[in-house]
Amino acid sequence: MALLEIRDLHVGVEDREIIRGLHLSVHAGEVHAIMGPNGSGKSTLSHVIAGKPGYEVTDGQILFKGEDLLQMEPDERAAKGVFLAFQYPVEIPGVTTMNFLRAALNAQRKARDQQEFSTPAFLKRVREVAGSLNIPQDMIKRGVNVGFSGGEKKRNEILQMALFEPGLCILDEIDSGLDIDALRIVASGINALRSPERAMIVITHYRRLLDHIVPDIVHVMSKGRVMKSGGKELALELEACGYAQFEDAA
Amino acid sequence: MVALQETVERVKRIDVDQYRYGFETLIDSEKAPKGLSEETVKFISQKKNEPAWMLQWRLEAYRRWLTMTEPTWARVNYPKIDFQDIHYYAAPKPKKTVTSLDEIDPEILKTYEKLGIPLREVAMLEGIELKAGEDDPAKRKIAVDAVFDSVSVATTFKAELKKAGVIFMPISEAIREHPELVQKYLGSVVPTSDNFYATLNSAVFSDGSFVYVPPGVRCPMELSTYFRINERNTGQFERTLIIADKGSYVSYLEGCTAPQRDENQLHAAVVELVALDDAEIKYSTVQNWYPGNSEGKGGIYNFVTKRGDCRGANSKISWTQVETGSAITWKYPSCILRGDNSRGEFYSIAISNGFQQVDSGTKMIHLGKNTSSRIISKGIAAGKSQNTYRGLVTAHRKATGARNFTACDSLLIGDKCGAHTVPYIEAKNSSATFEHEATTSKISEDVLFYCIQRGLSQEEAVGLVVNGFVKQVLQRLPMEFAVEAQKLIAISLDGSVG
Repeated sequence: MALLEIRDLHVGVEDREIIRGLHLSVHAGEVHAIMGPNGSGKSTLSHVIAGKPGYEVTDGQILFKGEDLLQMEPDERAAKGVFLAFQYPVEIPGVTTMNFLRAALNAQRKARDQQEFSTPAFLKRVREVAGSLNIPQDMIKRGVNVGFSGGEKKRNEILQMALFEPGLCILDEIDSGLDIDALRIVASGINALRSPERAMIVITHYRRLLDHIVPDIVHVMSKGRVMKSGGKELALELEACGYAQFEDAA
Repeated sequence: MVALQETVERVKRIDVDQYRYGFETLIDSEKAPKGLSEETVKFISQKKNEPAWMLQWRLEAYRRWLTMTEPTWARVNYPKIDFQDIHYYAAPKPKKTVTSLDEIDPEILKTYEKLGIPLREVAMLEGIELKAGEDDPAKRKIAVDAVFDSVSVATTFKAELKKAGVIFMPISEAIREHPELVQKYLGSVVPTSDNFYATLNSAVFSDGSFVYVPPGVRCPMELSTYFRINERNTGQFERTLIIADKGSYVSYLEGCTAPQRDENQLHAAVVELVALDDAEIKYSTVQNWYPGNSEGKGGIYNFVTKRGDCRGANSKISWTQVETGSAITWKYPSCILRGDNSRGEFYSIAISNGFQQVDSGTKMIHLGKNTSSRIISKGIAAGKSQNTYRGLVTAHRKATGARNFTACDSLLIGDKCGAHTVPYIEAKNSSATFEHEATTSKISEDVLFYCIQRGLSQEEAVGLVVNGFVKQVLQRLPMEFAVEAQKLIAISLDGSVG
């Protein structure tokens, strides 16, 4: 059984159909890349999987571990192991990153009937992960993303991903706003989290990211559908010929 | 829109109807007849066995009040108050003269127990006595003066305070036992002619707390007064007077609740603080009067005059307030910075929800040389409420080197509420340095979704964002109060949390 199974998904925003009959099957252990031009529906897809309000699913199904995701509140989906790394992480003044991480992790654990982390164990875990991502300690003590650079915000996303240990990671343009060095750190953080139990969906415009995070399967999205799927070499082909050929096919 | 809309809906449904303190205590009480006249004033004075000078003082205030009109400049709307339709005095009927807690009506004790106010010092005294310097916050002692409708029903830890020389008693007792102190200071910060509500209070106040800390004494525990309005159609007019003599320190906490009722009730208190040379007063309030129901019916009209006088050099007065209740709040805890190098502070969290109206802020009046003040105000408006910060910072001609920093931040939840900032700044000498910052923001859907995607529920997400917003002020509260205040904020905003 696939970890994530999307069948004939149709999604609209204010009477405009953005996703039109999308199919996607992602198995545990796989890394899928979704590429496509602006407006092809990539970000919409990530939002709908995570449950962001404002979208209307008019048809189709999203199953996660066999369960109907569309029937769940966004926080339930998070507790089940759906994680979205945001393209534009928000700032939360007055709430330290440490407190935020703890509140979120404990909320998830509570929803799964697991015990809350003890404080020392939690602090130790955060320090370890932060260290591996080159995140300085004082950053964790500051307000969530307040005054963070673009690179720091993205590293903070990966920090959360590592702590929450989700089954499905969706990375929405994690490479946007990153210089080469920052990209390398973020990518190695992500690669460290690849595991046979976990699947990842990497959404990007650029092949550059896929040099660092090598995908198992590449999908080309256009006009709300997956137009073509293939191995990692499809990304190269795209770079050579552009998206135009797929748009025509639609 | 959806996430935010849901939150707003939820807040609308739950908020004010979930008022936890809305119960009423059924006890026999003795009331003055409705209405206000010289007879009423005399009745109250007589009930309190007051000396002639006190009655005279009240009558002068009453006559002055007759010539005054209600202020209308605040951004609040309410039907005209019929001052003849209010009981100006209500007291639980004592079975006999009360000399110890055991003789207080058990119903009243139960009320305070329900409210979580520890009146029974016995239990605490029997427990492990803390050694000097040992600071276990859970066991820290707090002396409580409980005011039930118009009278003080119990003051705890009196003996222990007496050992330190601190006087902490109902003001009605202080008038009889320490007339020299009361006569010297009462009305010296808020004169009887100050404003409509303060003048009314001067005429009819029935009880409140009196504190005197002698020179060089650091008050050994937090002092606290708990105000409870219980009777129907009753106004509560308490009067608090705190004097910190040279080089002394005192921290004072005040809490307020009332039963849920359909009609509006008037609360017009006066608080006067006097800090002499090198003295410091820290005054904290958690105000949670009944705010009215979800249709805006009922609730307390809170028209309060609070003022501190930094009379001595190097004195300091700090106001910290968490305002979550009342249908209408009209309140400007202020500092007169008379002594050279004196310092005034105002830290405020004002939350309005449902149909609540808040017009609150502070006045920092710089008179002495090198005086400084700091204002941190956090307003949160939800539901259909209106939340106004009104502040005055002024430096007198001779107040050279005056400094002020003001930061007013407002947070809006939903799109039917309003936040307003009305700062008045006056500097009459060129050496004054005044800074003012103001921001208004909305809890955005993106922020909420971010938190919820990480596993937090809608309520937890709102609570987290709001607590981040008010953190700077919450940190100023004594620890027991900060925890209580944090819970209160969660309850006033989204009910189902906590």
